[in-house]
Amino acid sequence: MKIAIRNGRLVDPAHDMDAPRAIFIADGKIVAHGAAPDGFTPDRDIDASGLVVAPGLIDVAARLREPGFEYRATLESEMEAAMAGGVTSLAIPPDTDPVLDEPGLVEMLCYRAKKLNRAHIYPVGALTIGLQGQRLSEMAELVEAGCVAFSQANVPIVDTNVLLRAMEYAATFGFRVWLQPMAPFLARGGVAHDGEVATRLGLPGIPVAAETVALFTHLQLAQLTGARLHVTRLSSAAGLSLIEQARADGADVTCDVSINHLHLSEMDIGYFNPNCHLIPPLRSQRDRDALRQGLKDGRINALCSDHTPVDDDGKQAPFSESEAGATGLELLLPLTLKWGQECRLSLKDTLSRVTADAARIVGITKAGHLAVGARADLCLFDPGAWTTVNRATLRSQGKNSPFLGLELPGRVRYTIVEGQVMFAAEA
Amino acid sequence: MPSSRNPQLNRHGQLQHLLTLDGLPRDILTAILDIAAPFTEVAEREVKKLPLLRGKSVFNLFFENSTRTRTTFEIAAKRLSADVINLNVSTSSTKKGETLLDTVDNLCAMQADMFVVRHEASGAPFLIAQHLLATGRDHIHVVNAGDGRHAHPTQGLLDMYTIRHYKGGFEHLSVGIVGDVQHSRVARSQIAALTTLGVPDVRVIGPKTLLPTDVERMGVRVCHDIREGLRDVDVVMMLRLQNERMNGALLPTAQEYYKVWGLTAEKLALAKPDAIVMHPGPMNRGVEIDSAVADGAQAVILDQVTFGIAVRMAVMSMLAGQ
Repeated sequence: MKIAIRNGRLVDPAHDMDAPRAIFIADGKIVAHGAAPDGFTPDRDIDASGLVVAPGLIDVAARLREPGFEYRATLESEMEAAMAGGVTSLAIPPDTDPVLDEPGLVEMLCYRAKKLNRAHIYPVGALTIGLQGQRLSEMAELVEAGCVAFSQANVPIVDTNVLLRAMEYAATFGFRVWLQPMAPFLARGGVAHDGEVATRLGLPGIPVAAETVALFTHLQLAQLTGARLHVTRLSSAAGLSLIEQARADGADVTCDVSINHLHLSEMDIGYFNPNCHLIPPLRSQRDRDALRQGLKDGRINALCSDHTPVDDDGKQAPFSESEAGATGLELLLPLTLKWGQECRLSLKDTLSRVTADAARIVGITKAGHLAVGARADLCLFDPGAWTTVNRATLRSQGKNSPFLGLELPGRVRYTIVEGQVMFAAEA
Repeated sequence: MPSSRNPQLNRHGQLQHLLTLDGLPRDILTAILDIAAPFTEVAEREVKKLPLLRGKSVFNLFFENSTRTRTTFEIAAKRLSADVINLNVSTSSTKKGETLLDTVDNLCAMQADMFVVRHEASGAPFLIAQHLLATGRDHIHVVNAGDGRHAHPTQGLLDMYTIRHYKGGFEHLSVGIVGDVQHSRVARSQIAALTTLGVPDVRVIGPKTLLPTDVERMGVRVCHDIREGLRDVDVVMMLRLQNERMNGALLPTAQEYYKVWGLTAEKLALAKPDAIVMHPGPMNRGVEIDSAVADGAQAVILDQVTFGIAVRMAVMSMLAGQ
């Protein structure tokens, strides 16, 4: 398959490029910019007038719910959502059922995903067996099976000695350790930020200290063991300060934030809106503003969807009994653009957080950019079009989002994976 | 988003459900108290019935055990001539099978006109109200009879009725709320009502472990010293201390709690001489309140119970009259 994409605005954050330029694809790779290579006869010509031609998005956290939670979502449904959202690479947390602690299971998942031939998946293996925080998983074998890092998803390790050993073991091989900072006892029973709204609504709170106490432990242990720490889903200004301090002391630590925490605060819970029941909890407006600024100036490295499809039964319950999580794959691009516009960031720097920067965290080198020779994963979108988020148009099986009813900028027109057009929408 | 609209008011700003006192307009609060006044006399008649809810079915839907509140709602509904159906749905059985909304749908199919709901989870009555709204059944009304730590609006209203009865108004008062505010739906409803009705000085009094984060944002002043907190108040509102809070990470012992925050005659003497003492019941004598105070001349605790029936009649008749 040979594709020529002409008349588009090529935005490649990894190479500091934002210019009108044609791009040519052959055999799953990018083969030329500007002028077509000699003798290039495209099978498909795409007129990208008015469109941005960007690297396919890389989502640092998307739950596809397989195996184990097929009633909430399946690989098929969520891969369709990814394609509609222009997301071509996904890192998958290990909290499936069974959890991703078995090399065979990881191989099976990769095989299933490959057969579907949609987005590329990058499984994050379980740091401990069953995420139980007691026995280490077979990290070396899991990496051979395809894992790119190790995490506990949202299940904290209670025994800090096990955490120390797990990080030491991972550091032996130079494997990445992704940790959600959430001190289990401080967070116990909580469902919302311990602040004004939880107080008013009588919801059990999770204090910011649940994040900072755990984060301090993680940073200390990373320094001690030399583990490559990535902090997932930062939620507070105080957490960000701790990371800055650690960096000032020489720590090599990265972190990400979700689209939910970038745009929402505790106030959005309103009258017990269960779509705002999230892990970590939505915090104060001050925290949200600090996260937005942190992502803008690069102290927060990447933005992710934290896609967690929950079925309606899981959400049709009183707030504290509802399941945490929100759908997000199809909202990643629009909410990234919205944030970039609101904080007056260039399109190139805006997209960097979901392409080049995200690629570095996951360890992807052959995608996330548009250099000649790169894997031809692209997202072509209309930056001037607006779309309304509604249950009917969401392709994910999870229809629950705090952004339902909102009009958001940006509309994906083509998603290309490894040189094949996997999604195309009408203008 | 359905959750963003205040679901207890209808399109015309009238009361559709009673879910919380927080955010409810002052006019509506005052109207309920005004409507309740004549109902207090009904109890003294030989025939204690009014026909206002005749032919209506009121379902007492209690997911959490309660005898007292359920009984007062039952009496109130019966005095208004409604048919009352009591359902004690243990939460364990709903966790096993039927969801909350399935239960509600089933009862709607039995032609319910009003649900009186108690649930252990904050916000459960909101979920029911939003579900009724989303499914176009706005002839059915929901009264929150206590949800988790969130709200107990009829208790808050009967407390306001009691205060108005004894103090004549609100705008000149100092009120001290003593005890476990953190876990108390009663306290949250009291604070919302007192601040809406214009009480200029509302104090919450207790140890840091029992006062919620940022409670000042609700318009109250925090006092950890009960002596400072009770000084010159017109009204003392005691809160119940649940047994499970007494010995653990929140409080060392009931004895120490009584010593520091228990209401004794000596501490009550710091309040105004004509101050009234209230308690939502059931009381823990010798823990949060001394018997001498509970049974003393300043206590109006049993009046609260009597007024509670009139206030619940007022709420039900107001909702049914829409």
